[in-house]
Amino acid sequence: MRKVLYATGVGAMAMIAAGAANANEELSKMSKNPKDWVMPAGDYANTRYSKLNQINASNVGKLQVAWTFSTGVLRGHEGGPLIIGNTMYVHTPFPNKVYALDLSQDSKIIWSYEPKQDPNVIPVMCCDTVNRGLAYADGKIFLHQADDTLVALDSKTGKVAWSVKNGDPKKGQTGTSAPLVVKDKVLVGTSGGEFGVQCSMTAYDVKDGKQVWKAYSEGPDDQLLFNDKTTSLGKPVGKDSSLKTWQGDQWKIGGGCTWGWIAYDPELDMVYYGSGNPSTWNPKQRPGDNKWSMTIFARNPDTGMAKWVYQMTPHDEWDYDGVNEMILTDEKIGGKDRKLLTHFDRNGLAYTLDRTDGELLVAEKYDPKVNWTSGVDMDKNSPTYGRPKVLDAASTEKGGEDHNTKGICPAALGTKDEQPAAYSPETQLFYVPTNHVCMDYEPFKVSYTAGQPYVGATLSMYPPPGDKNMGNFIAWDAKTGKIVWSDPEQFSVWSGALATAGNVVFYGTLEGYLKAVDAKTGKELYKFKTPSGIIGNVTTYEHGGKQYIAVLSGVGGWAGIGLAAGLTDPTAGLGAVGGYAALSNYTSLGGTLTVFSLPQ
Amino acid sequence: MRQIWFVIAAMSVVAMGGVASAEDVGDPTAVKSEDGKYLDKDGNPTFKVQADGTVDWYTYSGFRRYHSECHVCHGPDGMGSTYAPALANSLKTMSYADFLGTVASGRKNVNTAQENVMPAFGDNPNVACYMDDLYVYLRARANNAIPRGRPAKHEDKSDAYTKAEDACMGNNDKK
Repeated sequence: MRKVLYATGVGAMAMIAAGAANANEELSKMSKNPKDWVMPAGDYANTRYSKLNQINASNVGKLQVAWTFSTGVLRGHEGGPLIIGNTMYVHTPFPNKVYALDLSQDSKIIWSYEPKQDPNVIPVMCCDTVNRGLAYADGKIFLHQADDTLVALDSKTGKVAWSVKNGDPKKGQTGTSAPLVVKDKVLVGTSGGEFGVQCSMTAYDVKDGKQVWKAYSEGPDDQLLFNDKTTSLGKPVGKDSSLKTWQGDQWKIGGGCTWGWIAYDPELDMVYYGSGNPSTWNPKQRPGDNKWSMTIFARNPDTGMAKWVYQMTPHDEWDYDGVNEMILTDEKIGGKDRKLLTHFDRNGLAYTLDRTDGELLVAEKYDPKVNWTSGVDMDKNSPTYGRPKVLDAASTEKGGEDHNTKGICPAALGTKDEQPAAYSPETQLFYVPTNHVCMDYEPFKVSYTAGQPYVGATLSMYPPPGDKNMGNFIAWDAKTGKIVWSDPEQFSVWSGALATAGNVVFYGTLEGYLKAVDAKTGKELYKFKTPSGIIGNVTTYEHGGKQYIAVLSGVGGWAGIGLAAGLTDPTAGLGAVGGYAALSNYTSLGGTLTVFSLPQ
Repeated sequence: MRQIWFVIAAMSVVAMGGVASAEDVGDPTAVKSEDGKYLDKDGNPTFKVQADGTVDWYTYSGFRRYHSECHVCHGPDGMGSTYAPALANSLKTMSYADFLGTVASGRKNVNTAQENVMPAFGDNPNVACYMDDLYVYLRARANNAIPRGRPAKHEDKSDAYTKAEDACMGNNDKK
C-alpha cells in the first residue's frame, strides 16, 4: 500500500476533472510518461523519481557523455531542463535565456528567448542571479524572470504569449523560483527575504496571465487568505494569527519569501510550499513568533485559501528558511495508511506530516551535528506542542545584539538548502543532498531602506569541529526519522538528486562530479567531472529508445559565495586558518548541460 | 535625510581626487589617531594592529559590517566569490576616494561576456554610516595586517564614534 502519489493521480483527477481546465489533465497525463520530464521535480509529488531502468546499478559504470550544450552564461546554474517529446527546454540564470533544443536533430536550437531586463536587478538578488527552472502547460513554457516578471512563451515558437509583473525589483522583489502549473493556474513565489519584502505566493490564469489570487506569508487575514477553518496542528489559528506575532507594522517588511518548490496533491486538491526567514536576520529587532514565516502552507489551488499551516522555526534566530521542497508520498505508519508530506528543513530537522490535516508525525535531526535545538515537543497536550526547544547556547536572541554566538550547527545555509531531495517508492527511502557546516552568528541593529539589503547579522562558517567534510549525501527513512546510509562529500552537496527504478541514485557535487550511487547501499558506481561545479538538479528522460541523464553544471549561488574562498576554522590555531579547501581551487564559472547515456 | 551628508562628502572627495591610480593608495602606516580613528600620513583612515593582535575599533566594526552587507556577494573575509571580486585584492590598488565613490554610487560592468552590477549604497545607512569602518577593515585585509576570521581583540568604541554613529543611523530620532 505504499504507492507514491503519481500512481493514483490519474484516476482521482479524472473524477474531479469535470470542471477543471484541459491543461491540468494534459499535464497530469504527461507527468506519468517516464520518457518526458514535464515539471520541475518530474511529478506533482516532488519525488524526482523515474521509472526508467535502462541505466541501472549493473551497467551505470559504463555511462558516457552523449552530448553537451553551452548555455553561454557564467552565473550559477540551478534547476534542470524540461523534456517534452522531441524538445528539451533549457533555462539559464540572469539574463534568463531559454533554449528549445530538437532532440531528434542532434539538439539543434529550434528557438531561443532572451528577455530585456534592467541590469539593476542583479545586485538586488541575494547570493547570485540563479533561476530554478521552467514550467509547461497548454502549449506554453513559463519563465519566472529575475525582475519578478512571469512570462508565457509559445512552446513551439518561443513567442511571448503574455507577460505579467509579479513584484517590483526596486523594492527588492525578484524572481528565482520555478513556477508550477496546477489546473488552469500557474503558481509563482517571490524572493527578497534579505530586502525586507512582504512575500507572497500568486496564482495567474494560464490562458492570459490574469491574477487569480495572491496569498501573503504575513499580514492581516485577508492578505494571508486565512479563514475560520484554517488550522495549525489540528486547531483553528483564529483571527489575526499573523498580526499578533509582530511588533507594530513590522510584518510589512517581514520577509517570509516563497522562493522554493511547490507540490500538488490532485486527490486532496491542495498545493504545498514553505516560507522563508523573517526579515531582518537580527531577531532582537523583531520580537514575536513572526508568523507565518518559516511555515509549511497547505492551500486550495483555486482560491488560495489556507487549509492548514505549520510554523517550524518560530522567531527565527539563524536564517533557517522553510522553503525547501515538500515531498508527497503514501506510506504505512504504525499499520495505518497515511498521506504523508516529508520536508527536509534548513533548520536541520526532517519533518513528516499527514498532508490531509497537517498533523505532525515525525521531527528528527537529519544531521547528528544539529545543535540549536534538543528537538520538537511531540506531546499533544503540552502548551509548546510542535515547537522546537531552543538551546540557550545557540540562541542568538538570548545572546543578544553585538554578541557573537559561537558554534551553531547548522550554519545559515542550512543542513539542506533549495537543492531538492528524491524519493524512491522501491526502497522507500529519501535521498538527501546536505550541507555539513556550522557558524558563529552576531546580530546587530540595522535600519530599513526600500530596495536595500536588510540583513543585520555577521556570520562566519566552518565545518563541524573534528570533521573535514562540508557535506553528506544521505538516505533517510521518513517513517522512523533515521539515516540509513551517509556518503561524506568534501563540499556541501548543492545539487538536486534523482532516484530511478534502475536502483541508481544520481547527484552532482560542487567540484563538478556527476555521481551515481547504489540506492540501497550508497556505494559509488560512477562519477564524471563536468566542466564546472554542479548546483543544478539531475534529470532523466528517454528519446529514441535510449535513456539519458542530464545535468546543468555552472558553479555559483549561495554555495559559490560561501565556499569559493574556503572556510575558516576559528577553533584551530593560526596555521590552520584557511586550511579548509577553497572551492575556487577545484572549479570555475560557466554553464554547460551535460547529457549521459550508455554506449551503443 | 541623515545619511545624505555622507554621500555628498564621498562625492566631493571623488571629485577632488580625480582618477586615482595605484600609487594613490599610499603607505597604510598610522601616524596619528583622532578619537580612536587612525590616519595615515595623507590623512586617510587606516588600521592599527598592536603586537598582541588587538585591532582598532574601525577594523573590528568594519569586519562586522562587511559580513552583514558585503559578504553575501563578495564572499567571507574579502576573499571574493563566484559572484563578485575579492575586495582584499581590490583595495591593494583602489584609493580611499575611489572606494567611497564606488560604494556610494555603485558600479556597472555589463557587456556580452559578463554582467556585474554593484548597487549604490549611498542612501543605505547600514553601509553609508560605516564607510570608513569598511575601508579600514578591507585596507587591513589588503595589507595582510589581519588574518581571515573575526579579530580576537579590539579597542573600545570611543564616545565620539558612538555619537556620530547614533546621529548617522538616526538612533536619537526614536523613543
